[in-house]
Amino acid sequence: MTYRTEIRFLLNGADVTVTDVPADKTLLDYLRLERRLTGSKEGCAEGDCGACTVLVGRLAGGGLKYETVNACIRFLASLDGCHVVTIEHLRGQNGGLHPIQQAMVDFHGSQCGFCTPGFVMSLYALWMGNPEPTETEVESAIQGNLCRCTGYQPIIAAAMAANRYGSPAQDFLETERVNITERLTALSDGRRVVTGPKDNQAILPADVADFAAVLEEFPQATIVAGSTDVGLWVTKFMRPIGPAVFISHLQELKSVTLSDTALEIGAGVTYSEAQETICETFPHLKSYWDRIAGQQVRNMGTIGGNIANGSPIGDTPPVLIALGAQIVLRKGAKQRSLPLEQFFIEYGKQDRAPSEFVESILIPRPRPGQLHAAYKISKRRDEDISSVAAGFNVTVSDGRITDCRLAFGGMAGTPKRAAKAEAALRGQPWGEAAFLAAGQALQADFTPLSDWRASAEYRATAARNLLQRFFLTHDDRSEAPADLLSA
Amino acid sequence: MKHDIITDAKKSISGAVHTDRRHDSAEKHVTGRAEYCDDIAEPQGTLHAYLGTSTVAHGLIRSMDLDAVLAAPGVIGVLTADDVPGHNDISPTGQKDEPVFPVDRTEFHGQPLFAVIATSRDAARRAAELAKIDYEVLPHALDPVSAIEADYPHVTEPLKLERGDIAPAFDSAKNRIKGRMTIGGQDHMYLEGQIAFAIPGEDDDVVVHCSTQHPSEAQHMVAHVLGVPSNAVTVNVRRMGGGFGGKESQMNLFCAVAAIAAKKWNRPVKIRPDRDQDMTATGKRHDFVVDYDVAFDDTGRIEAVDGTFAARCGYSSDLSGPVTDRALFHADNAYFYANVRLTSRPMKTNTVSNTAFRGFGGPQGVVAAERMIEEIAYALGKDPLEIRKTNFYGDRNDGRILTPYHQEVEDNILPRLIGDLESSSDYQARREAVLQHNARSSMIKRGIALTPVKFGISFTATWYNQAGALIHIYNDGSIHLNHGGTEMGQGLNTKVAQVVADAFQVDFERIKITKTTTEKVPNTSATAASSGSDLNGMAALNAAEQLKERLVAFAAERWNSEPETIRFHNNMVEIGSELVSFNDLVRQAYMARVHLSAAGFYKTPKIHWDRAAGKGRPFYYFAYGASCSEVSVDTLTGEYRVERTDILHDVGKSLNPILDKGQVEGAFIQGMGWLTTEELWWDQAGRLRTHAPSTYKIPLASDRPRQFTVKLAEWSENKERTIKRSKAVGEPPFMLGISVFEALSMAVASVADYRECPRLDAPATPERVLMAIERLKNRE
Repeated sequence: MTYRTEIRFLLNGADVTVTDVPADKTLLDYLRLERRLTGSKEGCAEGDCGACTVLVGRLAGGGLKYETVNACIRFLASLDGCHVVTIEHLRGQNGGLHPIQQAMVDFHGSQCGFCTPGFVMSLYALWMGNPEPTETEVESAIQGNLCRCTGYQPIIAAAMAANRYGSPAQDFLETERVNITERLTALSDGRRVVTGPKDNQAILPADVADFAAVLEEFPQATIVAGSTDVGLWVTKFMRPIGPAVFISHLQELKSVTLSDTALEIGAGVTYSEAQETICETFPHLKSYWDRIAGQQVRNMGTIGGNIANGSPIGDTPPVLIALGAQIVLRKGAKQRSLPLEQFFIEYGKQDRAPSEFVESILIPRPRPGQLHAAYKISKRRDEDISSVAAGFNVTVSDGRITDCRLAFGGMAGTPKRAAKAEAALRGQPWGEAAFLAAGQALQADFTPLSDWRASAEYRATAARNLLQRFFLTHDDRSEAPADLLSA
Repeated sequence: MKHDIITDAKKSISGAVHTDRRHDSAEKHVTGRAEYCDDIAEPQGTLHAYLGTSTVAHGLIRSMDLDAVLAAPGVIGVLTADDVPGHNDISPTGQKDEPVFPVDRTEFHGQPLFAVIATSRDAARRAAELAKIDYEVLPHALDPVSAIEADYPHVTEPLKLERGDIAPAFDSAKNRIKGRMTIGGQDHMYLEGQIAFAIPGEDDDVVVHCSTQHPSEAQHMVAHVLGVPSNAVTVNVRRMGGGFGGKESQMNLFCAVAAIAAKKWNRPVKIRPDRDQDMTATGKRHDFVVDYDVAFDDTGRIEAVDGTFAARCGYSSDLSGPVTDRALFHADNAYFYANVRLTSRPMKTNTVSNTAFRGFGGPQGVVAAERMIEEIAYALGKDPLEIRKTNFYGDRNDGRILTPYHQEVEDNILPRLIGDLESSSDYQARREAVLQHNARSSMIKRGIALTPVKFGISFTATWYNQAGALIHIYNDGSIHLNHGGTEMGQGLNTKVAQVVADAFQVDFERIKITKTTTEKVPNTSATAASSGSDLNGMAALNAAEQLKERLVAFAAERWNSEPETIRFHNNMVEIGSELVSFNDLVRQAYMARVHLSAAGFYKTPKIHWDRAAGKGRPFYYFAYGASCSEVSVDTLTGEYRVERTDILHDVGKSLNPILDKGQVEGAFIQGMGWLTTEELWWDQAGRLRTHAPSTYKIPLASDRPRQFTVKLAEWSENKERTIKRSKAVGEPPFMLGISVFEALSMAVASVADYRECPRLDAPATPERVLMAIERLKNRE
């Protein structure tokens, strides 16, 4: 088999072929420096401000789907076979302003204007999929966009009114859908792509078997799925990542399968792709899921990556551990599975051998008698990294706690179960006393750190109080609302 | 005939003053075609600079080995203190305490020590990491308290404001409370970071494109470091992607480095730090530690205040003098202090030199005043709003009009404004409902607060209160407008163009708004202190009036009519019985050799300030506002949500109500962010660890109040003869965010039945809220 050595994609209206693409070249630098498409801005280069937001369209599930992404941390190589749409491509029916742009002008949604192209792109994606959004849906769509001038009110108003300015059915991306689909289909040749200089090579495997083969060949290769973490290794820390294996295009890693007993999620499934099934299967994760990063990062980042990078403050591990999730690892053709909590050995160290990769996550479905909760405490409610995250899964039978899994993030060097607190709960009658005692026991489970997100004291106190919150919100006699401050 | 035309044309011009006019760049913003400094096409051969920074908070530089930097791919050269051809000094107030690069000592972690020049930004950035610097580490002090303990000096002369006699007032007072409040700083987090792009020219010339609020200062600094006269340096600013004070003096370093490199290598040089370096190497809002001592009677009326305001100024003075001064000027907020002594302590610290930020120290003064109000309210068991009203400035009749700096408050509209907001927000009934809710609910507590703001308008550096403008009318009737102010999103250019459109009675579209450049208007002041429209609007009006005068004189002669009868109206000019179009008049004036270009000028009247005596009239007038916020707090975690905010704000007779409303809303959210989630956190080594949006959290759309009503006080009109009787709007509404902070405080206080002032420090992160709750609960 011969490898392809160039990246091919559509940029706005043009077919683009780029040869010799280094693994660490970002889409934003490509757009701004090589194409002089300067409408997309660099505000933070870490996927937090949204000034660089562009749309990426790709063929998935038999259709063409557009999503917002942060161009600053998206690698150019990962765009093979995609359609990149930047602010420069937007136009209205008559060649004038696009409906979203006109609404933003009429509602005074820009002041300094630097964040504006990013907002327009986020609102554009929202309008295409949901032309009559609620205020909460708008807020969610722009969680990954910072504006320092307006206070957001006019932007929200513009988003709510956008549909009066034009219908997505007449939008150019809609009318060009068949054409773009054909052009993207023509680009997919099922070949492995190897491009870039020797020390900074980007590799796009042809399929999962090929991915396994690539890793056997390059055991120390950097695996890049959504690049929401690896992107920062490059933009913030200037770390070399080559050779890098890009896997976001591998459809086999994107399956979401619900059986009678479990939900199986491929390691390449993004937060956005998993959202609907996750939240239907585990309703307690609904508001939690909305608080994972911002929309752009949810569109890029994968659950597999969130686990595999081993961060002690990833959003998904605590809640997945509480649910009793298993992960499936693969090396070559050989698979093994283990309880998720065992994957995290210590800070910076996971149970993953060279050439091995996370293939899927298996989450048991809720069983009768189980009470679930997922909590995230952060300085800012949305688009923040947790100070403390917690997943609770408590089985109550005949008024007695028969089993429980209490998992925490932000409390130790890894996501971790609270063994002593669990022991304090197990076998106890359901009641506030048991949870207060578990809260006390929790203090012996963890010795959290102080840092810029929270002090050790706050982490310990809040974590303890979450057990009380769990009791109060699940107790039939309590008047506490199920979700205290959520919208 | 004439009357018919007038009737037909009864519609007014587009973009008239006092009407809603969208931002002149709105279409360019939404299409991505608005050009920012980094978007300017780079000439071939453009080089890129990047800063190498200190890795210790305080130390002597024993040696700096830059060999590896120089050997890195793409590197053209480096710049250190030795390469500054003129003066190695960019201190904005002339104190010579801020070098471009230090010679032998680093005074904060992240201080720029050298610059790398390379063929690409990426190459320069990577190379900057390769320096080997040997330090002799010295002890450091990071915050004002440890700086005072370590006997650190003031970075600039402190200020004392004194009126009456506090000693006997404290002695005889029925009630007295002493306390301390810690108020955090704030990063500007403008979306467009610092950037400068210098292009060398012939002789000593250099043109610098940059993103600064103060082009004239950048020009003077570049000339100063190059050792050339100011006339060799041109600084251009088309627009900024946000400023908020962070680009008033902080751009000087970048302009200086780009210009030195451009001249040294005779190639264009651009410098743009990444966000982390932008946040660690440039100044922020000052943190303060305020010690207050307040005496009051049983009605809550304040009898004496003694306040000491210690600020984290950083390693150099920068603008800390005027910032800490303004904190004292606003330590009364809206309240009359019968006897008062206020002292500033602008402390040197081993942190980045703090700088201007929307409100310029004023917000820290105001928040301290509101803390004293809270203390009194909780001590007496009263609604803080009642204490506020008890202490408002009065009028000539009651004699309660003198500020601590001996300026009389002559334009107080707060009683009416507060009354309006109190009823439109339904404050009393809602406060009652909050109290009832808190009595019932154990986990979720609510709080409500209505807080006022009074903000003094004018630069306290009196000479800054001047402005220039330049208007050309071309012979086709199109108008070119230029002024000394800079556009950072606030809509200044739109407002000034409205003033000019109104003066000539021509459509807004006829006026071309052009980039700010030191070539057209010299010796300008920073676009700061909320003064942009006040100063530049007046200067532009002055230029327009000169031109109108010439046109009128010409028309009177040409059509043989009385100058008094000549009227400009809706793109036409009425001359006696004739009606000619503006274009015609201009063309004929040109043919008759009338000078169609004018430079306008303005200086603010009435103001004066004697700093040594602490007396004068530093402010031309005051702007007022008030906001009412209600919050919910989860007492188990300290998380909270702003349920509702109502704002009534005074902008005088607004030049452009929709833009002003945008300023009010944006400032409120920014002020709320300062006091809630925006936390600057240094580790013990003196490293700022919240240095990018991933760690430094400004408000998001979902942090907005769930109900948010913003109104301008439409009945207000500036008592002073400002531009069209409007008032400044940039900074005053920032302090409306204090209502959220005070509401959180009330929710916390509820866990101890409001018997104790929670003494919440700012920012009130969920952590601080929870810890205050735990503290109050444990005391029960």
